[in-house]
Amino acid sequence: MDRAETSARIAALIEPFNKKGVEVTDATRFTDDLEFDSLTVMDFVAAIEDEFDIIISMNAQAEIENYGQLVDAVVKLKG
Amino acid sequence: MSDTTDLFSKFDPLIKMRSDLLATGVTDPFGLVMEKVISPTVALCNGRETILLGTYNYMGMTFDPDVIAAGKQALDDFGSGTTGSRVLNGTYAGHKAVEEALCDFYAMDHAMVFSTGYQANLGIISTIAGKGDYIVLDIDSHASIWDGCKMGDAEVVPFKHNDIEAMEKRLKRIPEGAGKLVILEGVYSMLGDIAPLKEMIAVAKKYGAMVLVDEAHSMGFIGPNGRGVAEEQGCLDDVDFVIGTFSKSVGTVGGFCVSNHPKFEIMRLVCRPYVFTASLPPSVVATATTSIRKLMNAGEKRAHLWDSSRTLHKGLTDAGFQLGTTEPQSAIISVIMPDLERGAMMWEALLHEGLYVNLARPPATPANMTLLRCSLCAEHSAEQVQQIIGMFTRAGTAVGII
Repeated sequence: MDRAETSARIAALIEPFNKKGVEVTDATRFTDDLEFDSLTVMDFVAAIEDEFDIIISMNAQAEIENYGQLVDAVVKLKG
Repeated sequence: MSDTTDLFSKFDPLIKMRSDLLATGVTDPFGLVMEKVISPTVALCNGRETILLGTYNYMGMTFDPDVIAAGKQALDDFGSGTTGSRVLNGTYAGHKAVEEALCDFYAMDHAMVFSTGYQANLGIISTIAGKGDYIVLDIDSHASIWDGCKMGDAEVVPFKHNDIEAMEKRLKRIPEGAGKLVILEGVYSMLGDIAPLKEMIAVAKKYGAMVLVDEAHSMGFIGPNGRGVAEEQGCLDDVDFVIGTFSKSVGTVGGFCVSNHPKFEIMRLVCRPYVFTASLPPSVVATATTSIRKLMNAGEKRAHLWDSSRTLHKGLTDAGFQLGTTEPQSAIISVIMPDLERGAMMWEALLHEGLYVNLARPPATPANMTLLRCSLCAEHSAEQVQQIIGMFTRAGTAVGII
């Protein structure tokens, strides 16, 4: 699965959590731009984990601040 | 020369939240001083006799005459402190005695006592789950569990509170051959709800995980022998590590882990929060030993505590309060407040009525809730419980919550 396809699937998953309809680019930050709190992060991460059948541990989450980094991490975890 | 970056600027949002709250004129809910403690259920606060309903002193052992006598004797016989680590000069006869009492209480082979409950979780979790291992834990876990996870090098994978399916999905995805530790709590202290341990532990075992259960808030009164929620649900034999504390039902301070793991004793040498700190004072382990042994035969107290929990839960529900659980599941009854400001007002109104409860606020609370957390004591009389319901009703009406 290439990066563009992964990105499209993640973009679809983000929508219900993007309450303010922020335009999402690779540079969009989850905390600062999308205003995700810890509960939203948990639900959003669970949605991605289920979609791709992967684990994004807290250790891995700590390295992910923006959308682009998330897509890269999922591509890498899918191998 | 460059300007100094103030390392404290990261606390500015919290400082502002606090000063905004105090600017409303409300008493500081985190600055209460008890001038005199009269009994496990009554103290003098601001010169006024106050019923204590937020102490975790579930079994009321703090003023038990046998417990006090044991502490005084140990002070006379062994002095005020050990001034040493358990592995050097800090193991006295009393430390071995309290570990024996724990083995008897839980009917387990090994017990290891830490200087606090916080250190028990910190030490055991960070030591047994290392690099390449996976910790799967409930998102509402206590701070000491999270800190234990952070201190170790394992991959940390949280799941939605009490969600068996979410837990299973995560266990299923862990790479083959990796070590797995599932961490659960018997009673979750914020809302006072219990975990479906029997189902969750069965799933954990299916995926070859070891299981650690924190029973801090259940020891002494949940389960036929007071061993906790796992005992109550008939799955204690499948728990690899039980974590507990002396600072709740036992009525003093300290923490422990009990286990049947055949290699458990090696923990005494490799667990840094156990090794690199001074052991508990002799008087503390003596009071704990006496208290634990008395808790083994506390059936009547347990029954009375359950009665009080049911009565308070029903009384507050009938008065119109929103509670953390629809049925009483533990000795914690959590009252949900609409927001922090009205929570603080309600807390203050209760204090003026002569009642102390815990105000709990984010980030300690789930879902950013503000809670007035009530923890009952076996020494609360039926009359006190009725008084408490009356105080809540008057304060709730005055503040406009009900």
